[in-house]
Amino acid sequence: MTAAVDAPGLPAVAKTGLFKRWPILRRLLRHKAFVIGAVLFGFILLVALFADWIAPIDPNRISIRNRFKPPDLTHWLGTDNLGRSQLSRVAYGARLSLAIGFAVVVLNAVFGVILGAAAGYFRRLDNILMRITDALMAFPAVLLAIGIAAALGPSSMTAAIALSAVYIPRTARIVRASVLVVREMEFVQAAIAMGASHLRILGKHVLPNCLAPLIVQLTFIFAYAVLSEAVLSFLGLGAAPPTPTWGNIIAEGRQYIREAAWITVIPGMALAATVLGLNLLGDGLRDVLDPRLKISQA
Amino acid sequence: MSDAQPLVRVEGLTKHFPIIKGLMFSRLAGAVKAVDGVSFTIGRGETLGFVGESGCGKTTTGRMLIRLIEPTAGKVMFDGQDVLSLQGEALRRVRRRMQIIFQDPFGSLNPRMTVQEIIAEPLVIHGESDTAGRAQRVRELLDVVGLASYAAGRYPHEFSGGQRQRIGIARALALRPQLMICDEPVSALDVSIRAQVINLLQDLQRDFALTFLFISHDLGVVKHIADRVAVMYLGKIVEIADKRTLYARPGHPYTQALLSAIPVPKPGRRRQRTVLKGDVPSPIDPPSGCRFHTRCPHVMDICRRVEPALQADASGQHVACHLVHPPAQPST
Repeated sequence: MTAAVDAPGLPAVAKTGLFKRWPILRRLLRHKAFVIGAVLFGFILLVALFADWIAPIDPNRISIRNRFKPPDLTHWLGTDNLGRSQLSRVAYGARLSLAIGFAVVVLNAVFGVILGAAAGYFRRLDNILMRITDALMAFPAVLLAIGIAAALGPSSMTAAIALSAVYIPRTARIVRASVLVVREMEFVQAAIAMGASHLRILGKHVLPNCLAPLIVQLTFIFAYAVLSEAVLSFLGLGAAPPTPTWGNIIAEGRQYIREAAWITVIPGMALAATVLGLNLLGDGLRDVLDPRLKISQA
Repeated sequence: MSDAQPLVRVEGLTKHFPIIKGLMFSRLAGAVKAVDGVSFTIGRGETLGFVGESGCGKTTTGRMLIRLIEPTAGKVMFDGQDVLSLQGEALRRVRRRMQIIFQDPFGSLNPRMTVQEIIAEPLVIHGESDTAGRAQRVRELLDVVGLASYAAGRYPHEFSGGQRQRIGIARALALRPQLMICDEPVSALDVSIRAQVINLLQDLQRDFALTFLFISHDLGVVKHIADRVAVMYLGKIVEIADKRTLYARPGHPYTQALLSAIPVPKPGRRRQRTVLKGDVPSPIDPPSGCRFHTRCPHVMDICRRVEPALQADASGQHVACHLVHPPAQPST
């Protein structure tokens, strides 16, 4: 049950404060897939954070003279049908994609934990909450997101809300499952015997021990959210067209895919890199955090 | 062992766990009669040993005393107070006077808290002293259970099973309780560590005037630590007696069988063993009459029909068996 934290038999890494506080960190850095994922995602994250600096050209500046320029030294990633800089558009698109993904993750963490903890800890609420999540989970994720986004009107805000609504039931289920396991453990019984309040038991004993599967789930949700946001904006249900999002760029570029493939391929590659990076990251976290899967030292 | 005013008086304590079948239209399909009408007392400063096979209801009984499990029926009087009727603040006040030590030294400590946080938690919950005062108290408690004070800054996974059990004991002691439920506290430990922890518990009992309910399936350990012993079988107490009486001349055939199963450290010595046949019957549908009749070597006709009551003899040995206490007139 306990997370065996120190991996024996491995060369000693200097026990700095960081490693002592989070011994997990050392095992993560030994996990190849995690490191590759972290590098990929870290690269996209840096591009998003420093979009102004990487791409000084306004992503919406039209330059008819420079239409359909393939990637070269002046336009690193080429230009689109209106002569806008692809580098700027993809970099700013990364910013919006990651912002929406992050918003979905935060909303999932907050509401997923509240609902999951309520269902798992207060068993009276369990049946009703889980039937509601079942109903929401019965719809295919993207279809439900399209429905909600269409009902609320297209904007990046509604895309974030729609995607949260789709993934929160899944997060709540995961949290509930862990809460069900942890609440029966003896240290929780000990806390009850001491006279601890429900809030204290949940906050100090139950939830901290449910974090590992939640973190893993949230990295995957980040990936799904970025992907689904691209789908929504491709379908015109995300941010309105002049705004550069990966979905919008692909949607606009798809008419010219034969003549100017780079317009669609480059944001597609950015999307693939983000999703792949996050999935590798999530796999690594799962391998290291879940003591039942002993394949961590790959 | 004065029975004048026992610390704990339990009457007719019962727990039936319902078995619910069906997903949508759930219905009661029966109940596991884990504990079925158990009565006993524990005197101040006394150690009552609770023995029996797995699943006989020892642990459930112990947890019902401190209301970790809500009883189906019965009464628990703790120092003259009806524990089962308490709610909210009153329940919290009585809870600090009874604490529990668990069997599993790995599951009973929160892996994400330091030893300092674990031992100080009961003090925090009951608002005792400030941070510095609590740190001081944790050091004292660690000292009492024989751990160095630098243990306070560490996490549970850095300790061995026996050390973790000491941390659990320190946590239980923090509020200076009167009653300590020891739920198989040494069953998960190595034999060498077991003796240390048992001796620690005995020292603590002497120093802090503790009353123990000591639950175990190890008759040897119970013989060492207990003053009186209760034997449980399938949710009922079949015998309670003074330790010496019970080990010298067990009254109930089940107790006799249990005692004959204790290994004797004398190779080659032949012993008369009573080996029970068959398995423990299901507590969902316990046998009629005496619950032990399906496996009893001395089964009589009446055992199948009439349930024997727990009756005392002149020496204070309580036995529930028709052999020991033949029924006055055959009931129909």
